[in-house]
Amino acid sequence: MNMIQAINSAMDVCMERDDGVTVLGEDVGYFGGVFRATAGLQKKYGKNRVFDAPINECGIIGVSIGMAAYGLRPVPEIQFADYIYPGMDQLISEAARLRYRSAGDFTCPITVRSPFGGGIFGGQTHSQSPEGIFTHVSGLKTVIPSNPYDAKGLLIAAIEDPDPVLFFEPKRIYNGPFDGHYDRPVQPWSKHDSSEVPEGYYNVPLGKAAVVRAGEAVTVLCYGTMVHVALGVAQESGVDAEIIDLRTLVPLDIETIAASVEKTGRCVIVHEATRTSGFGAELSAQVQERCFHHLEAPIERVTGWDTPYPHSLEWAYFPGPVRLGQALKRVMKD
Amino acid sequence: MADEPGRNLRSLSLHVPEPKYRPGDTVSFDDMEFPAAGSVARPDIAADPATLRDYPFTLIRVLDPDGQAVGEWNPRLEPDRIRAILRAMMLTCAFDDRMFRAQRQGKTSFYMKCTGEEAIAVSQAMALDRDDMCFPSYRQQGLLIARDWPLIDMMCQIYSNAGDRLKGRQLPIMYSSKEAGFFSISGNLGTQYPQAVGWAMASAAKGDTRIAASWVGEGTTAEGDFHAACTFASVFRAPVVLNIVNNQWAISSFAGFAGGESTTFAARGLGYGIAALRVDGNDALAVYAATEWAAERARSNHGPTLIEHFTYRVEAHSTSDDPSAYRPADEGLHFPLGDPIERLKQHLIRIGEWDDASHEALQAEVTAQVRDAGKEAEKLGTLSGTAFNHGFETSFEDVFAEMPPHLREQMGQSLEERRVAGV
Ligand SMILES: Cc1ncc(C[n+]2csc(CCOP(=O)(O)OP(=O)(O)O)c2C)c(N)n1
Repeated sequence: MNMIQAINSAMDVCMERDDGVTVLGEDVGYFGGVFRATAGLQKKYGKNRVFDAPINECGIIGVSIGMAAYGLRPVPEIQFADYIYPGMDQLISEAARLRYRSAGDFTCPITVRSPFGGGIFGGQTHSQSPEGIFTHVSGLKTVIPSNPYDAKGLLIAAIEDPDPVLFFEPKRIYNGPFDGHYDRPVQPWSKHDSSEVPEGYYNVPLGKAAVVRAGEAVTVLCYGTMVHVALGVAQESGVDAEIIDLRTLVPLDIETIAASVEKTGRCVIVHEATRTSGFGAELSAQVQERCFHHLEAPIERVTGWDTPYPHSLEWAYFPGPVRLGQALKRVMKD
Repeated sequence: MADEPGRNLRSLSLHVPEPKYRPGDTVSFDDMEFPAAGSVARPDIAADPATLRDYPFTLIRVLDPDGQAVGEWNPRLEPDRIRAILRAMMLTCAFDDRMFRAQRQGKTSFYMKCTGEEAIAVSQAMALDRDDMCFPSYRQQGLLIARDWPLIDMMCQIYSNAGDRLKGRQLPIMYSSKEAGFFSISGNLGTQYPQAVGWAMASAAKGDTRIAASWVGEGTTAEGDFHAACTFASVFRAPVVLNIVNNQWAISSFAGFAGGESTTFAARGLGYGIAALRVDGNDALAVYAATEWAAERARSNHGPTLIEHFTYRVEAHSTSDDPSAYRPADEGLHFPLGDPIERLKQHLIRIGEWDDASHEALQAEVTAQVRDAGKEAEKLGTLSGTAFNHGFETSFEDVFAEMPPHLREQMGQSLEERRVAGV
């Protein structure tokens, strides 16, 4: 399966098991979503459980909260993460805090799915990585898969989770992994181990990172598309990097991260979002707090620039193998 | 610029609305004309919204100046039922008075009264079914009171004391009671509106029989959430009653700042194809009738109804507000729709089901009920002096169903911090 099919399968499995799981969003019903992630679901489960929504993100998230309060498990899709902002207040002030403010009287088990990230020539309004904004909010979980197997397992875990989860899907690798070189196409997932996706139910628990490549020289922290960039660079540069796919930003698996940095003594963080106040800042702070005495070089951040995503120059923005390769060289120098 | 040489164009000017009266002005509402009680026809609950286009521009009224209930909208309630409405309204008023005083005595930080608006929440609670779900704003304490929710529970919330089921986390008056069909109140205006629509959509999708209702002030209709809710309610014909409480003021901004100079608030429904009614909000029977109509309509799959309740906010916006700074102190006295409790009382007397002595007795009874509940609630603590009525660690609970490691660690840190400080 590719990642889109895996995500589709996750929703299918959940809808089969729990008739409260309800999918809504712009174009998700009859058409199956602009990325086809919900294809076939309306046909299978009917219009009461899979339906198109008006182009109104505040409404999509707001009604999902109400549906959750009724007792359903809504899985709203925001067509692109760049369009989550009109629904921000509903997410931040409402979904994230409903359990807390009502002391458990009302809860909000919604899973907001949204494709994010660049590398598809989407310009500044179809390329953003807003995960850092949400990791700052208490009461929201943030999940980002990097391959089809995890995408399905994590999405099932997210839908089953009793709390609101943001599920950001790296659209650059919907159809296959890629090494970060803009002049090479993505590889079909079929050539990748994690494309072996079971048909039925399984889950990948939230809050657990994966060591996707063992190494001794430096720890690379990444998630989503960047996992593939990092894997490619580790191979090309010959640096013996240990690569950790975070999978869940909140809750963060700091144990796995700290154990790795204590072993390697070096840490490079890579994400596509803008640098200032990005999630890399949080990772850097936590690694410094826990592993300071083990560090042999300053922590490096490899990120997008603090500019909007430039359309024709997106590869100058994208943290690809060149930027990551140079950072690895710098941390290995000391 | 318009005065550049060679240009001969008229300058634009910006209209910034002004209320009719400011402090010191002489108030008169003589220019307001209201249709007579009983003059508005009651359409079939299945009526196509296209045939209801005049309704947002009139005012449904049942009680005439003599206290008679007249016309097609008269809900023809049994006297016992009317007395129950009157009682809940008076209890709401007594509750407001006591809690307002409690704030002034420093027992809590904040309170909001609904004086003059009691008919709305109370009558609506009576017209809805007990298991219909309410998504209120902050001036609908009457919903809980009319549903016989324990006053003491509400007071404990206001005091953030040991009996507060919300563990002292919410601003006073931001109640939550799933059991009472009362959704947790948000401080962010209007967010409950699309949530109510979502609840109603879920109920419809599941073939349930319960409907939802929500409330916003007229000021809040300017928020995007209001329009999101109307769009979804209209598109999915959600079984929901959407209420706008037009009490003329949004803190210091008069209704003109939400578009009230250009049209009525009920008329917002027209563009969405939603049935919309405009009701005398100080007439408990008219409010009841309109709500009953809307609820029946929703229950019969004819979709949502928007109701504007035309009323006046008699008291300050909240205990933090001083209305004499922006409106004439006597403006409320001149408001032509009268006091809702007084009007219902007159009606009951008029039909021979009430008298001044019974009224006084009832007043004494509700005052005592509130006082007794107040004393009980205060035994469990008030906000002053005992701000930490709940274990310190409880502030880390309920962020998630299960406490993740980083919160457990922070909870440990906070407890350690207090241990070291010796508190
Ligand atoms: C999103 C948001 N903006 C501003 C406020 C501050 N605020 C609280 S009440 C209020 C006025 C609301 O007026 P209205 O909707 O007419 O209701 P009323 O108080 O008259 O019942 C304002 C501006 C808020 N709570 N939430």
